[in-house]
Amino acid sequence: MRRALWILAVLLSHWRRHPMQLATLLIGLISATALWSGVQALNQQARNAYDRAAATFGGVRTAMLVGKDGAPFPQSLFVDLRRAGWPVSPVLEGRIQIGGRSYRLLGIEPVTLPAEVGSAPAVGKAGLQSFVTPPGEMLVAPETLRDLGLGEGATPQANGSALPPLRVQPQLVPGVLVVDIGIAQTILKMPGQASRLLIGKSKGPHASLESVAGNRLRLMEPSAESDLERLTDSFHLNLTAFGLLSFFVGLFIVNSAVGLAFEQRLPMLRTLRACGVSARMLNIVLVIELVSLALVAGLIGLICGYLIAAALLPDVAASLRGLYGAQIPGQLSLRPAWWLAGIAISILGALAAAAVSLTKAIRMPVLVSAQPQAWRQAQRRWLTFQTAAALAVFVIAAGLVWFGDSLIAGFAVLAALMLGAALILPMILEIVLSFGERSARQPVGVWFWADSRQQLSGLSLALMALLLALAVNVGVGTMVESFSRTFLVWLDGRLAADVYVNAADNAQANEIKAWLRERGEVEAILPGGRADTQFDGAPIEVLGLPDHATYRDSWPLLERMPDAWIRLRAGDTALVSEQLSRRMKLAIGDRIEVPAPGGPWPLEIVGIYADYGNPKGQIAVNFAALTRRFPQTPLTRMGLRMRPDKIPALMTALQEKFGLDDRNVTDQATMKAESKRIFNRTFSVTAALNAFTLGVAGIALLTSLLTLANSRLPQLAPLWAIGLTRRQLAAIELLKTMSVALITALFALPLGLLVAWCLLAIVNVKAFGWRLPFQVFPLQLVELLAVALAAALCASALPVARLARMQPASLIRIFANER
Amino acid sequence: MLRVIRLTKSYRTAGEEIAVLRGVDLAVATGESVALTGESGSGKSTLLHLIAGLDAADSGEIRLADVSLSGLNDAGRAELRRYRIGLVFQQFNLIPSLTVADNLVFQSRIAGRHDAAWHDELVGRLGLEPLLTRYPEQLSGGQQQRVAIGRALAPKPSLLLADEPTGNLDEDTADEVLGLARDLVDRTGCGFLMVTHSARLAATLDRQVTLHAGVVA
Repeated sequence: MRRALWILAVLLSHWRRHPMQLATLLIGLISATALWSGVQALNQQARNAYDRAAATFGGVRTAMLVGKDGAPFPQSLFVDLRRAGWPVSPVLEGRIQIGGRSYRLLGIEPVTLPAEVGSAPAVGKAGLQSFVTPPGEMLVAPETLRDLGLGEGATPQANGSALPPLRVQPQLVPGVLVVDIGIAQTILKMPGQASRLLIGKSKGPHASLESVAGNRLRLMEPSAESDLERLTDSFHLNLTAFGLLSFFVGLFIVNSAVGLAFEQRLPMLRTLRACGVSARMLNIVLVIELVSLALVAGLIGLICGYLIAAALLPDVAASLRGLYGAQIPGQLSLRPAWWLAGIAISILGALAAAAVSLTKAIRMPVLVSAQPQAWRQAQRRWLTFQTAAALAVFVIAAGLVWFGDSLIAGFAVLAALMLGAALILPMILEIVLSFGERSARQPVGVWFWADSRQQLSGLSLALMALLLALAVNVGVGTMVESFSRTFLVWLDGRLAADVYVNAADNAQANEIKAWLRERGEVEAILPGGRADTQFDGAPIEVLGLPDHATYRDSWPLLERMPDAWIRLRAGDTALVSEQLSRRMKLAIGDRIEVPAPGGPWPLEIVGIYADYGNPKGQIAVNFAALTRRFPQTPLTRMGLRMRPDKIPALMTALQEKFGLDDRNVTDQATMKAESKRIFNRTFSVTAALNAFTLGVAGIALLTSLLTLANSRLPQLAPLWAIGLTRRQLAAIELLKTMSVALITALFALPLGLLVAWCLLAIVNVKAFGWRLPFQVFPLQLVELLAVALAAALCASALPVARLARMQPASLIRIFANER
Repeated sequence: MLRVIRLTKSYRTAGEEIAVLRGVDLAVATGESVALTGESGSGKSTLLHLIAGLDAADSGEIRLADVSLSGLNDAGRAELRRYRIGLVFQQFNLIPSLTVADNLVFQSRIAGRHDAAWHDELVGRLGLEPLLTRYPEQLSGGQQQRVAIGRALAPKPSLLLADEPTGNLDEDTADEVLGLARDLVDRTGCGFLMVTHSARLAATLDRQVTLHAGVVA
């Protein structure tokens, strides 16, 4: 033990004498751990919220009985089933509007509610009496209370009647209101009805379902994954992919630092062996040293990861709310597993990054090989091997494009593409530098290119990191810009009305419509409404579009029958969103059946429209047909066409007359600005991670250059001796770094465009269901090229400045035997 | 104390087999100092490395006291070096990140044979007192070699092996360093085997053995 400690002390003494190298190693590990664990923290936070939602009074985690067509059924079936031994509990679900905002209302029966159903303890025995006896209680999450702008005990109005007093239940998911089922039946005007029956753990034998309920109910088994989890999978996969990329870029730094430390400590390791340290003991202590450093860096990285996650959480929460309607709490709460996983990933990452060096240490002969160091032959072998590996990876990528048909396959294509490009980069650099060497005429020029080639093996990892970071930046930048431009054009078509009004309830909506018909400046009132249903097991929205020129002229259709809008009037046809058409492989002319309260609704598809940003599949039908098929659809939304100069006055009048606020009366410009804001916020996380990745790549380049600087002296000292000044040498070194960075950046541009194509044509289609047109933005490419060169300039500034100011004694020492 | 019997060693370079040692016999008694001389490529350093257990022979036997090196694995050979052998190289091979003081005690510490009195005596005899807090790069070649000798003798080995220990030093410094080494070897009573090109320095030891084309001449 004491021997191991002595050896550890000797190994650690190296870092004391090379603090910059230690800093490099720690920075690499900290960056890798921080970015990875930060992203994992965000994912975990979101998944906790989904779990909370899924567990709310019989979400998908609970087995349940539902109506044959998804429609409500008589509550008497509940009584029949209970008598037959079924441990069921009724739930009635619907939506209500409070202050112009829509909330999910859940009516439960607390006495029969199975104990194992999530959120069941929320009611509690003590609160049971006040919950079920009039006026009852309405349980809400703290976030919902804030959203309503009310305090506990308040009784908001909905559907023309006062709701029970509000009571906060922290376990509840935001946006949900929970009341006794009897109260819910009154509020929703569905007396004696239930939406589903939750099934508790069976205590004894019971009669078959058919014998009690006939074919009116069907059993839904509990699902491990909720709709929200399915919908947000791609978003989290995206974040994870970025986290992984940053993690690997961080590991490039670690690999570079550990590799250099190993090379520098080689004489020390040999001396240790000569002094009687066995190879086994030496390797054990090397691993202990690395694990200790990874532990320290992992802890710091976790703290940084927490801070990154806390900084990004508001944007991620806004993205998830905007894209998927998912409610994520703004306060980070992390499980112990996150901390442990962070430490583990730091240690495993360090061991992986140091694997080559550790293997070398295991195989290291005590005696230095008598063979001369044939770097050129070694480099050629290494380049050939890497190029062969790159080509193999490209073949795999092509195979995945051809045969793969999933989001994972899409990301695998991206990963293979980038790995292949990283592996082939040194060969590309070698070819360009060899060409430069052959073209050079002056001796210093020849040396410039030849020496750049010799430096390749030391710099290639950092250049690979730079290549990946730049390519991802180009790819994601191109995708976001393509999306942005397409989105803006699409938004112009979708938000065609001049003013949007959202009434508190149907009665108020009728009053508003009557009032608006009296106003001469209003050219058209366009009623709107949407209903939720399931199609082939997945949630979809059914959107009602009134028969009006506004829609016929501007609704963004991607494909259509010639007489699509005319045929839509009849109520037996539908337009489907691009997402739904891709997911369900639906085409123009296909026939579908949509579950509706009155029975299946057969529809023919007459058009496909773009519906960016909507995770759910959507179909658009004639508005009148929608209200016939889904009579419970709130009719509170409407769009107005009117003269632009009269808009402000009308909005003010509407707000004053009907007590509506800014959220409920909005003009087109405000809606568009808000949509753009949500859009930009959605991609702000991507932009932040992009910047982090590029920053880490810059650090990788800096650390590689710093660590190479010392070992470069034997190459530079002879040139100094034969008459080049230190300043000239520094300038040449700077030029060399800039040259290889420029070649790398130029290679990164087409690679980045390829990444963008993959994102647009493969990943987006699989993840979101829409395909965007691929566009190239030259100015953006020029900007990134400048950023790459600036990063290279910053990274080389310190080592070059050091060289320019180096004391002659340091250079003379290269020639001294005493070295 | 040291017996080398019919030792052979060859290397393969560029597809060609080169026999470096072709059956070397050698013995060093306790307290005896032996100079190993010969032209470049005669196998002197190879023989020293094999005796130190840094490399393995093709055939033949090396016995140090009652231990045969050919029966030892890497860990066994490392243990032998730790406790019974002191090594001094031409390039000094000090640990650059440790101070002189730490370099000096390193081998005796990992061998668990640190003797404070002996350590102080070594420091005094080698004149290292004022250099203890310095790092190797801050020392001259002669000073570095004195530290290397001190480190090698600190665990009181049975055999001191030196490979061209004065090869990087000027004549005066070489005489001074070798003189110190011989004094300390006499003081400990260990065997001393030194590879050298210098006939003058070889003559100062008890016995000279010359290698020629891989065999003792």
